[in-house]
Amino acid sequence: MSDISRRRVLRGAAIAVAGVAMAAPAAIAAQSAVAGAGGSGHPTGHGDHTRPEAFDEVYRGRRIQGMPIPVEGRGHTGRTGHSPHMAHEGPGYAVFVDGEELHVMRNADSSWISVVNHYETFRTPRALARAAVDELQGAVLVPMA
Amino acid sequence: MAVRKNQATLTSTEKRAFVNALLALKRSGRYDSFVTTHNEFITSDSDNGDRVGHRSPSFLPWHRRFLIQFEEALQSVDSSVTLPYWDWTDDRTAASSMWAPDFLGGTGRSLDGQVITGPFAASSGNWPINVRVDGRSFLRRSLGGGGRPLPTRAEVDSVLAMPTYDTAPWNSASDGFRNHLEGWRGVNLHNRVHVWIGGQMGTGVSPNDPVFWLHHCFIDKLWADWQRRHPDSGYLPTGGTPNVVDLHDTMRPWNDVSPQDMLDHTAHYTYDTAA
Ligand SMILES: [Cu+2]
Ligand SMILES: [Cu+2]
Repeated sequence: MSDISRRRVLRGAAIAVAGVAMAAPAAIAAQSAVAGAGGSGHPTGHGDHTRPEAFDEVYRGRRIQGMPIPVEGRGHTGRTGHSPHMAHEGPGYAVFVDGEELHVMRNADSSWISVVNHYETFRTPRALARAAVDELQGAVLVPMA
Repeated sequence: MAVRKNQATLTSTEKRAFVNALLALKRSGRYDSFVTTHNEFITSDSDNGDRVGHRSPSFLPWHRRFLIQFEEALQSVDSSVTLPYWDWTDDRTAASSMWAPDFLGGTGRSLDGQVITGPFAASSGNWPINVRVDGRSFLRRSLGGGGRPLPTRAEVDSVLAMPTYDTAPWNSASDGFRNHLEGWRGVNLHNRVHVWIGGQMGTGVSPNDPVFWLHHCFIDKLWADWQRRHPDSGYLPTGGTPNVVDLHDTMRPWNDVSPQDMLDHTAHYTYDTAA
């Protein structure tokens, strides 16, 4: 899947979660627990890789959301990566600021970074999203060209 | 042979030549292609998948090749130009001459982080941020804004003393010289400097700030300094490692250069001093 189509899918997921409001968290929590149990096959295996629960809050006037999503690229083994876009497993979690996806990654020690804070780690996706809001100073995330 | 110099020793003529070459690459669009390439790698290099430019052993040879390519682009504009390096253990404040209006310009204003002095200020009209992660098209900095000071010489020496280049699992959790220099573990050298500068330097599109090249030139020099101190320690791993660039594997995006090919920088340039 291309980055753009993936992004559209994720945008859809965000809207879906927003639409079902209070009904969603229980289902997402259950999915998160399953994902955590199944996520032990990572070769790096450090830290607690249980996917965090979803969140949805307004921070300094910006809506920030995070939620587990299906992991990309399951079954990918080893070095086929001649395209930078096809070689990685996503973190199985998506973060949005005002509905726009914030590209996030998870580190081997289970901490998080985003495209906005790429050289500094955060313990939770919520802390990461708040740091992005602080850094954005009201600016809107844009898709990469 | 091209000599890369400490930026603190550049003459005003040398500073002007470097800045003018940067502005010429920006005008032609070539500059932004480097920003795009860097962002593609940094957002796809992952701890449990393919990793080439970051959080992996090839962090150092990948950036060495990337800097050589950029230096060649500068030299196509002005053959006298080489990349300067910024020794941030020495020039450690926003009052350094590096941040003066005749070179890189200073920190951003408090209102919105916008750099307002020097040749890369938005008001100059010469430095639009085109490859970006948010709507802001001006260069931003917040020198020292994160609160943590730049690394000290003692911290650098503690990392240069590490005898092993890199260790399994060959990612951000590794022990060894490379990961302590990159900064995911321990005293944190390279990553911390990105954060100290702030603005675009803290993001995936960090090469938008020309200081990126001076910072990475110093990281490159520290690798050369480490090699000199540990002549019996080589690049690791040497073969058969999933998702990781082994000594003789080629690196994307060039696909014709391996870490082995990058071990001896003196084939391409030298540094003015060796530690
Ligand atoms: Cu980089
Ligand atoms: Cu860097």
